[in-house]
Amino acid sequence: MKKIVVVDYGMGNLRSVAQALRAVAPEANVLISGEVADIESADRIVLPGQGAMPDCMRSLRESGVQEALLAASKTKPLMGVCIGEQMLFDVSEEGNAAGLGLLPGKVVRFQLDGQLQEDGSRFKVPQMGWNQVQQTASHPMWQDIPDNAYFYFVHSYFAQPEQLAHTVGQTVYGAPFSCAVARDNIFATQFHPEKSAATGLQLYKNFVHWNP
Amino acid sequence: MLAKRIIPCLDVTDGRVVKGVNFTELRDAGDPVEIARRYDEQGADELTFLDITATSDNRGLILDIIEAVASQVFIPLTVGGGVREVADVRRLLNAGADKVSMNSSAVSNPQLVFDASQKHGSQCIVVAIDAKQVSPGKWEVFTHGGRKATGIDAIEWAKKMEQLGAGEILLTSMDKDGTKSGFDLGLTRGVSDAISIPVIASGGVGGLQDLADGVKLGKADAVLAASIFHYGQHTVQEAKRFMAQQGIPMRLV
Repeated sequence: MKKIVVVDYGMGNLRSVAQALRAVAPEANVLISGEVADIESADRIVLPGQGAMPDCMRSLRESGVQEALLAASKTKPLMGVCIGEQMLFDVSEEGNAAGLGLLPGKVVRFQLDGQLQEDGSRFKVPQMGWNQVQQTASHPMWQDIPDNAYFYFVHSYFAQPEQLAHTVGQTVYGAPFSCAVARDNIFATQFHPEKSAATGLQLYKNFVHWNP
Repeated sequence: MLAKRIIPCLDVTDGRVVKGVNFTELRDAGDPVEIARRYDEQGADELTFLDITATSDNRGLILDIIEAVASQVFIPLTVGGGVREVADVRRLLNAGADKVSMNSSAVSNPQLVFDASQKHGSQCIVVAIDAKQVSPGKWEVFTHGGRKATGIDAIEWAKKMEQLGAGEILLTSMDKDGTKSGFDLGLTRGVSDAISIPVIASGGVGGLQDLADGVKLGKADAVLAASIFHYGQHTVQEAKRFMAQQGIPMRLV
């Protein structure tokens, strides 16, 4: 039985992520855990995150699982979600927080003051709601997900990968930004697949079957 | 393009969904999980649950409902009613809520909005504002289900809540609620233009054109409605198609 660990470091909507995984992989052992042993024995790992990146990084450090997570990130399929995506990068503008450095690049804030949407309304930050994801590169994780499908976003910051090749999906909000990144055994999204109805569940299903 | 959202609202009391007229005369509208699943299938963008009795003796009930819904329905859930302290926010988030809405408690204790958003992030803190028009272009905030006047200007209050860390405003017109005569578009537009966080228009939806007007004329980021969906007058799908035909970006399923 496959063991999928949703990393519990005290931040984020872990339960929604776990429930989405259970819904698409009833045969798997989906575990919410902050134990090093579970991360070491996991087949796949999901790193969620919510709130502010500096708090998330501090909690991750203090949780004692950061080393195990970094070790696992070298070989195991790892999926980052929301702040869990942002934390994979080098650094965030938010509180100047250092990230895990698994992907080169930084996390920046939307700069949309004074800009108006097509209908004349203000751009709101956080971007909150469903937006389309354009698949900028093919990837096994996109299987059975139509290009420009809608996913649910809630965020004020987003990652800017240094290498174009690391972006596999982008979304337009004021300007295009990277919303899905991938490298080797790592895949991560700014949006919340666990809140994106059937399309989001498909992404988790793809993760469960992904063999990078 | 970011889609405008349709949010069916489920008023909950004693474990059932109900719908009132002008905050009174409650009618039973069904089982929360069943209704939530139906709306998800119809393409609802989010769901809001308001615990309208919210007394201490039924707090467990709403947590049970949220847990049950969150295990079967994978769209964002907002919960409001009876949130008095940061620990309440945590309990609701742990039960599966994605956002927590505060109303009366934000007025009596604005620090709660700041503390809760610092602790859990602005993205999950919604401040609900119930407003009544007091003069042309002026609206006042009311609390306790619309029974208590506060003397606070609704637009100024929305700005203050944004500054304290609210991530979204759920704006209900007390004058319009239950009347089926459309949103208070002046109120909606006034608040939406004044702040940089999303605004959900609420109160008064009688038909599909009202929803479209809330977005086009009121500049709302999302529209909330209850009775037109609960009683089968329209499906969420119909509403979304109707709005899309008027050029509003919608997620169609």
